[in-house]
Amino acid sequence: MIIASLFFYLFAAITVAAAFMVISARNPVHSVLFLILAFFNSAGLFVLLGAEFVAMILVIVYVGAVAVLFLFVVMMLDIDFSELREGMLQYLPIGVTIGAILLIELFMVFGSWVIAPETAGFAASPTPPIDRITNTEAIGQLLYTKYVYLFQAAGMVLLIAMIGAIVLTLRHKEGVKRQVVADQVARTPAGVQLKDVKPGQGL
Amino acid sequence: MQSPFHSADLTTASPELLLAGGAMALLMFGVFRGKDATGPVNVLSIGLLIAAGLAVLFSSSGTVTAFADGFVVDGFARFMKILTLIGSTGAIILSLHVMRVERMNRFEYPILILLATLGMLMMISANDMISLYMGLELQSLALYVVAALNRDSVRSSEAGLKYFVLGALSSGMLLYGASLVYGFTGTTSFPQIAAAINHGETGLGLVFGLVFIISGLAFKISAVPFHMWTPDVYEGAPTPVTAFFAAAPKVAAMAMFIRVVVGAFPNITADWQQIIVFISIASMVLGAFAAIGQTNIKRLMAYSSIGHMGFALVGLAAGTEDGVRGVIVYLAIYLVMTLGTFACILAMRGRNGAVENISDLAGLARNNPMMAFLLAMLMFSLAGIPPLAGFFAKFYVFLAAIEAGLYVLAVIGVLASVVGAYYYVRIVKIMYFDEPAEEFEPMPVSLKAVLAVSGVLTIAFFVYPGPLVAAAGSAASSLF
Repeated sequence: MIIASLFFYLFAAITVAAAFMVISARNPVHSVLFLILAFFNSAGLFVLLGAEFVAMILVIVYVGAVAVLFLFVVMMLDIDFSELREGMLQYLPIGVTIGAILLIELFMVFGSWVIAPETAGFAASPTPPIDRITNTEAIGQLLYTKYVYLFQAAGMVLLIAMIGAIVLTLRHKEGVKRQVVADQVARTPAGVQLKDVKPGQGL
Repeated sequence: MQSPFHSADLTTASPELLLAGGAMALLMFGVFRGKDATGPVNVLSIGLLIAAGLAVLFSSSGTVTAFADGFVVDGFARFMKILTLIGSTGAIILSLHVMRVERMNRFEYPILILLATLGMLMMISANDMISLYMGLELQSLALYVVAALNRDSVRSSEAGLKYFVLGALSSGMLLYGASLVYGFTGTTSFPQIAAAINHGETGLGLVFGLVFIISGLAFKISAVPFHMWTPDVYEGAPTPVTAFFAAAPKVAAMAMFIRVVVGAFPNITADWQQIIVFISIASMVLGAFAAIGQTNIKRLMAYSSIGHMGFALVGLAAGTEDGVRGVIVYLAIYLVMTLGTFACILAMRGRNGAVENISDLAGLARNNPMMAFLLAMLMFSLAGIPPLAGFFAKFYVFLAAIEAGLYVLAVIGVLASVVGAYYYVRIVKIMYFDEPAEEFEPMPVSLKAVLAVSGVLTIAFFVYPGPLVAAAGSAASSLF
C-alpha cells in the first residue's frame, strides 16, 4: 500500500508541475510537450484507481492524437503569444473582481447545500461491482447499450459539425487542375512527344 | 447485467430514425449528384418531413418511454412534433424560390433543416437532462450553420457568429444548472427529479440550478432578458432562414421549456412561477415597445416574436393544465401566422432584388390587392384582433392566467398587446393609405400556396376552433 501511495504522490506532483508549466512556458511547443507529460501522469493516476481502460484511452487518444494535433497547429500557426498576453494586466482587476463575486456566491450556495433524501437511491452505482465485470465491459454497457441513443445523437452532432465546416468554408476554385485517372490511363503514345534532354542544357 | 435495450425502442423513435437515416441518405445523394441535386433534395426533404409526420400520427397512443427512460412519446410530444414538422416543411417550401433567385440554392440547406428538425423532435421527446441537451445541441448547431449560410455576406456571417457565441453561452448556463440539479437530486431523469423534490426541503442550490436552466431555455425561445441576439440574427440571416427561425425552433424550444418545468419541477411550482411571470412580462413589454421604432420588417418580426413568446409564457406561468393547453394553442396559431407573414416578406422583391423596409410596402393595396388583404389580416391577427385566430390564441392564455389568479400578469399582457397593435396596424395603414412605392415582382406559386393556407386558417379559425382546442387539451392532459 505504501508503494501505491508513493506512486500516487509522484504522479500527482508531476501532473501538477507539468500543468503549471503548460501555462507558464514561453515557447508554445514546450507547452504542448508538458501537456503530454501531464497526460501520461494522469494516466498513471487512473491505473492506480483501477481504471486501466480509461488510462489507456487517455494515452492513445490524448497523447497519440490530440496532443500531436496541438503540436501541428502550434507549429503551423506561428502565433505570437507574448502579443496575446499584452492586455492581460489591463483586464486583470475586473476579471478578478467578477471571479471573486462568483466564488462568494458559490460558497453561499454550497454553504446551504441540501441533498434530497431520495438521492442515495438514485445515485447508487448503475454498474455492477468491479469483481464481477471488467471496467471496459462496464463502460461498454453504459455507453453502447444503456445510452446508445445519446451516443448516436452525439454522432449526429458531429455530422452536423462536419457538414457545417464544409458548407461554410469549402470553395470550388475555377481553373484548378485536378487529377483525372481515367484520362491519364487513356493516353496513347501517339499524342505524346518525347524529348531527349541533354544534361546541363535544359530545353 | 440486464440489457436495458429493447428493439421496441426503435419503433418508439421511428420518426427520429426516419429523419436521421433520410437526411444521411440525401446527403450522399447530394454529394454524388453535385450541382443539380438541389431540386430533388428539396422535394425529397419535404417528402421525408411529411413521412415523419405520418409516423408520428400513426404511432401507438398513450405514453411510451424508450432508451432507459431517456426518451418519451406522449400526447404532448406527438402534438408538438406535428407542429414542428409543419413549421419545417413550411420553411423549406418558403425557401424554394428565393434560394434559387439569390443563387444560394445549395443542397445542404434542406439537409441542415432536416437535421435541425431531428434535434427539435429529440428535444420535444426528451425525458432526461442529457437527452434534452443532446437534442438541443443538435438543433442549435444546425441553426448556427444556416444563419451563416450566405457566407459572402458580412451580415449573414455576423449573424451566425453572434448566434453561435451567445448560444454556446446559454448552453453552458443550461448545463451548469443541470449539474446543480443533479447535485441536489442525484439523477438527470425528469420523473426522478420530480420524485426527489417531492418531499424534503428545497435548498438554495436547487433553486440556483432551476434559475440557470430557465435562463438557458429562455435564451432558446428568445425571451427577455435573453433576447439580445434575436433582432440581429433575424436581420442578418437570409430571409428564408429567418422564416425558419421564427417558426419551428420556437415551437420546439417552448415545448422543451414546458416539459422541463412541468415534468421535472411540478412540486416547486411557486419557485419557477415567479421567474416565468417576470420573463413573460418583460418579453411582452419589450416586444411591444421596441418594435415601434423599427424600419426593417425582419427586425420588426424579431421583436414581434419576442412579444409573442412573452404571451405564450403567460399560459405557462399559470402552471395549470388549462395554461399549458393555452400555450399549445398559441404556438399552433403563431406558427401559422408567422409562416404566412414570412411568405409576404419573401415576396417583397423589386426589380433590384429583395427589399426589407416597411416603407417598401407602401401602396401595396393598389399594386397587389390580394397580398395586401391577406397580409393585413395576418397583421390584425398578430395584433390579436377578433375574430381572427390571433385573438383566440391570446384569449386562451389570458383565461388560464386569470383562473390561476395572476390578474396583474393578465392585465399587463392585455395592455402590451394594445401597444403592440400600434405597429401591426401601422403596416396596414402603410399598405392601404400611403402613396404606392415600386411594384413587387409577381409572387411565385410556392409562396402563394403558403400564404393562402395560412390566410385561410387565420381568418376561418373562429368558424371551427373545436378540433385544435380539443387536440391541444388532450396533449396538455398527458403532461399532468
